[in-house]
Amino acid sequence: MVSLSAGPALGLISVRNLDKTYRRGGEEIHVLQGLNLDVAAGEFVAFMGPSGSGKTTLLNLLGGLDVPTAGSITVGGDEITHLSRRRLTAWRARHVGFVFQMYNLIPVLTAFRNVELPLLLTPLGRKERREHVETALGLVGLGDRGHHFPRQLSGGQEQRVAIARAIVADPTFLLCDEPTGDLDRRSAGEIMDLVSHLVADHGKTVLMVTHDPRAAERAAVVLHLEKGVLENGVRGAA
Amino acid sequence: MRFFPLLLANLLRKKIRTLLTVGSYAVALFLFGLLSAIHGAFTAGIELAGADRLIVMHRASFIQPLPFAHRDRILRVPGVRDVASSSWFGGVYQDPKNFFPQFAIEPEVWRRVYPEFQVPDGEWQAFLADRAGCVVGATTAQRFGWKVGDRIPLQGTIFPGAWEFNLRAIYRGSRPQDDMTQFWLQKQYVDEKGPEYWKGLVGWYVVRVTNPDEALTIAKAIDGAFANSTWETRTQTERTFAAAFVRQMGNIEFLILAVGGVVFFTLLLVTGNTMAIAVRERTAELAVLKAVGFSDGFVLLVVLAESALLATAGGGIGLGLAKTFTSGGDPTGGILPAFYISPASVAAGLGAALAVGLAAGLLPAVLAMRLRVVDALRRI
Repeated sequence: MVSLSAGPALGLISVRNLDKTYRRGGEEIHVLQGLNLDVAAGEFVAFMGPSGSGKTTLLNLLGGLDVPTAGSITVGGDEITHLSRRRLTAWRARHVGFVFQMYNLIPVLTAFRNVELPLLLTPLGRKERREHVETALGLVGLGDRGHHFPRQLSGGQEQRVAIARAIVADPTFLLCDEPTGDLDRRSAGEIMDLVSHLVADHGKTVLMVTHDPRAAERAAVVLHLEKGVLENGVRGAA
Repeated sequence: MRFFPLLLANLLRKKIRTLLTVGSYAVALFLFGLLSAIHGAFTAGIELAGADRLIVMHRASFIQPLPFAHRDRILRVPGVRDVASSSWFGGVYQDPKNFFPQFAIEPEVWRRVYPEFQVPDGEWQAFLADRAGCVVGATTAQRFGWKVGDRIPLQGTIFPGAWEFNLRAIYRGSRPQDDMTQFWLQKQYVDEKGPEYWKGLVGWYVVRVTNPDEALTIAKAIDGAFANSTWETRTQTERTFAAAFVRQMGNIEFLILAVGGVVFFTLLLVTGNTMAIAVRERTAELAVLKAVGFSDGFVLLVVLAESALLATAGGGIGLGLAKTFTSGGDPTGGILPAFYISPASVAAGLGAALAVGLAAGLLPAVLAMRLRVVDALRRI
């Protein structure tokens, strides 16, 4: 259950009094201010808001790609805010799956190799890695496209490969940054079907930033960010 | 090994660029191989010089002769084990460009003074028995297709006239670097057939001492024996003599180091630029790798490994080509008798290529390591 209160930590992800300030020239820009949030395991949360409202910054902080100016982020009982850069990287590998707007696949690697990337950081052997990759690609409906390079796939298929890469190591939660932002309506619908399927049938926890109301309505909860402040959520259609 | 496909895929992403970079290393290391072969050829005499041998020459110049009478006096100097005279013959075989060194020697003691040159006993006896006999090194014999029993005509220059020799033996070195281009003829033959003014003269003496540790003392004693005479001598170790001989041709070592240094520095700039471009093109991909969980250190190593792989691949190709090129031996027909690339030079070449590769990749690798994922993804 999603909560925006500053009380005791609840659920899988707990954010307390989160601030993020950038300094540009002599000016301080407060991107996030005193943000509180709790997300339970298996929840699907969408963040909406105008450009510059801090959505992507929040996602970066939740994914350990950036560090807050103040406040704390706790995931599964572990506070990540004060982890060193090295430990944060290791934490990311174990707990976070990223899906980006532009897919960000490695163009010189096949779909199979792209999906395999996170598994190279695990102690899994070659055969086990193959099995995991085939399972992930099968789950996104691209079991027969493993040997294709990104340039040989459509945008929707590339995003499916990116989702397979995000889930292959079975992370604690998925962070999706505008996953349908570069897709046509039909492909966007298919991607959102897939994300919804991962939440509903595989119990994945998903936090998604989007401008697309159609994508947002698939989430259980839609939260609005306005000038760095989270507003009360509304229940989505999921 | 699990990361090798990633490395390989990165290297093959711009095939022409990779090919050109590998080619740059190959050309540079080919040149390095040739220069090291030339350097080795010039300095082989120094490295191979016998520690127990001295060269006695005229004090004024190497080309000034010495009396043969010095021989017995040198032999009487304490510590001297053997003495053999030698003279530059300087004949021309068919054409002046067919150069190979020819020495009029004292056959009776020659093998004792130069034990590293090996001649079958039967052939050596045949040489001793034939005043017009000659011995040639295996390299020269192979170069001209000579075999034992052939008659070899030489046109005299220092000793004018047409000379003919019977090839009685072919010698080989006991070490691969030994000079096998020489041509030996008997001193007595030159004495008999040569000009009147040369009677009783020789070019220089090769002295073998009993104890190499006393070589300098013995050298001083020899020079002392002829001090203030018409035929003063200068005696030096064979190594010093060889080094002085090389110095006559200029500072070969400096020249080679200078050329090699410029080539490697240029290579460093070119490949450094290439690696910088290659990394800049992949900023987003590197950011994704980091987002997925690859560490900063891993990204640093990936870039360094790519650069090192390019360098060693190109270097290996270049050295392989140089090795093939030098496998035919001396391309000058006698000026560089020990023209080959030693295993140490191959190792040094690969080491240099690797060092340049790592240096070229270092700055881009550090920049990639420091890359912040958030900044990199924002640029997309």
